[in-house]
Amino acid sequence: MRIELQRRDAPSRRMSLLSPLIALALTMLTGCIIFLVLGVDPIAGIYAFFVEPLTETWSLHELAIKAAPLILIAIGLSICFRSSNWNIGAEGQFITGAIAGSAIPILMPEASGAWVLPAMLVLGMLGGAAWAAIPAFCKTRFNANEILTSLMLVYVAQLFLDWLVRGPWRNPEGFNFPESRTFSAGQILPEILDSGRTHYGAVFAVVLAVILWLSLTKTVKGFEIRVIGQARRAGAFAGFDANRLTIFAFLLSGALAGLAGISEVSGAIQQLRPSISPGYGFTAIIVAFLGRLNPLGIIVAGTVLALTYLGSEAAQIMLGISDKIGRVFQGLLLFYVLSCDTLIHYRIRFAAIDRRPSKEIA
Amino acid sequence: MNTFLGIAAAFAVGLAATSTALAASHEKVKACFIYVGPVGDFGWSYQHDQGRLDVEEVLGDAVETAYLESVPEGADAERAIERFARSSCNIIFTTSFGYMDATNKVAGRFPDVKFEHATGYKRDHPNISTYNSKFYQGRYIQGQIAAKMSESGIAGYIASFPIPEVVMGINAFILGAQSVNPDFQVKIVWANTWFDPGKESDAAKTLIDQGADIITQHTDSTGPMQVAAERGVKAFGQASDMIKFGPETQLTSIIDDWGPYYIERVKAVMEGTWEQVDIWAGMAEGHVVMAPYTNMPEDVAAMAEETEQKIISGEFESFTGPINKQDGTQWLAEGEKATEEQLLGMNFYIEGVDGTLPE
Repeated sequence: MRIELQRRDAPSRRMSLLSPLIALALTMLTGCIIFLVLGVDPIAGIYAFFVEPLTETWSLHELAIKAAPLILIAIGLSICFRSSNWNIGAEGQFITGAIAGSAIPILMPEASGAWVLPAMLVLGMLGGAAWAAIPAFCKTRFNANEILTSLMLVYVAQLFLDWLVRGPWRNPEGFNFPESRTFSAGQILPEILDSGRTHYGAVFAVVLAVILWLSLTKTVKGFEIRVIGQARRAGAFAGFDANRLTIFAFLLSGALAGLAGISEVSGAIQQLRPSISPGYGFTAIIVAFLGRLNPLGIIVAGTVLALTYLGSEAAQIMLGISDKIGRVFQGLLLFYVLSCDTLIHYRIRFAAIDRRPSKEIA
Repeated sequence: MNTFLGIAAAFAVGLAATSTALAASHEKVKACFIYVGPVGDFGWSYQHDQGRLDVEEVLGDAVETAYLESVPEGADAERAIERFARSSCNIIFTTSFGYMDATNKVAGRFPDVKFEHATGYKRDHPNISTYNSKFYQGRYIQGQIAAKMSESGIAGYIASFPIPEVVMGINAFILGAQSVNPDFQVKIVWANTWFDPGKESDAAKTLIDQGADIITQHTDSTGPMQVAAERGVKAFGQASDMIKFGPETQLTSIIDDWGPYYIERVKAVMEGTWEQVDIWAGMAEGHVVMAPYTNMPEDVAAMAEETEQKIISGEFESFTGPINKQDGTQWLAEGEKATEEQLLGMNFYIEGVDGTLPE
């Protein structure tokens, strides 16, 4: 017997909407089995992972802080991925954005006034966009594979940041430790509410996701992105220039990753350090696909993924289980989402192995 | 082992009496720990977790502990610390330099919780202490052993980041080596990581290929020890006793013993005597311990033990002049001892080091 995937005539619309929920339910179910094997009460485990972080105001704030950069980066990536531009280097664009935006507080520590923060944010976006422009240029000009070039530039950005905070941008009062001076009041992205430390990065994420969703569905540019992503030649016949779109998609996603970077540094960390991102740029790739490359879906996906980070900490404290379990949950979630998606588009067919010579089949 | 348990039990009984007063307000003191690596790194984070287990063993039912492992430095650290502060922890140990600002920020918001930050220097609030250990004392001894044991006269040093702590270790190692063999050389590889078994192992291989026949490391995995074992050269363990990973290879290891400090500080919270401190303790206080001197001739082990005793008694201090900087200018005059400030801000090599310090 042979198992094969057969394309469905029309994917079910209802199942498409339900599949993330089914994936989440399957993740929880598998989670329960893992907890049972570990000798942990599964109800307590699921509660710690998915509910406990939502029960207190402060942890809701933390959820927003963790989700904001993921969403900001992922919505930019969704534009790239929809148009078949594989930008894997958002982590590097996040870092260069953070570096460019931090130039003001570090090089001009006395700078204050209403212009400082907007200038930092704009510089952050420019920094991210500039970094993303390199793989876009190499792709359109030299036909270089953007997956490789964008990924390699991540390491360049990380080492550049490392060099900056150990060398020229090191805090002069910091005993030679590798970190920049801390930003002063007017250089810090303010908190939205008094009840916690969520900063305006979260607002940027949600507002820009909605704007991007509207542009994708309602504007010609959005149509162009979808057409070129699905059928490059068809796009060419419609007069869309794929190379220009590549540049556009990279610049946009780079700018959004850069904005995420400067928001994180200015809002949450408040100084430059050798490492400023726990891999947001890579996790955002998962978020983009979990959210099915739809900016509104990405808001939900980013929040769910952020929840697994917080939940992993809650589970470590409440149940004493390893932080690796959190990673396992993230992996499970992605696995189930992808398998649900596959099963929406394909059906599984069990076929008896055909023993006739293959030429007759053909 | 039994005697230890006996002592621990006696200790616990004694403590039960002192902690009754506390029992009225808190049921138990909760001590919480944040680690930068996995508890299974068999290095830095592993040793901190051993300290936590010592606290549990000695203080028994009077204490409850919790930990978070692999917490990234940055925005995540602040959340992890705040989570502990909110989950009724009475004392929180944050065990990596990169948690410094996050620890200080959270300490400001939770004045009733005590905070202890390892290896930092900022104490912005009265409820935060800092602590560190003088690991360089052990590195001097390792330098002496290396110079005795090496045939090629070259040791390979796997360094993490060019911060004062690490530079201090390199300099102490060279001082020790030069006290035995003035021509001794050290080759340094900067791994730019605290924990990356693959990278550290590659560094060890490179160093051995360049003629080093002694490997020492200031990174946290057991990778270099395992490479040394495979290639048949001697090596020093890091942070914990790595003899399991190189039974024929390990000469000794600098063991970070955080247990005594953690027990002392948690007890202070129980008894209400906790006060802000800035501790930099070494061998004399038992915070830095040398693993047994193995795989070496008796005379070398005897020399190492003698130096160790002199350091413990205070008779000898590694950074005593005359010491010149790498460029030949004088750093410490004859008989002058380095101050703690000088050591903690050390960002230069001393004379005899080959290579330039990454800036």
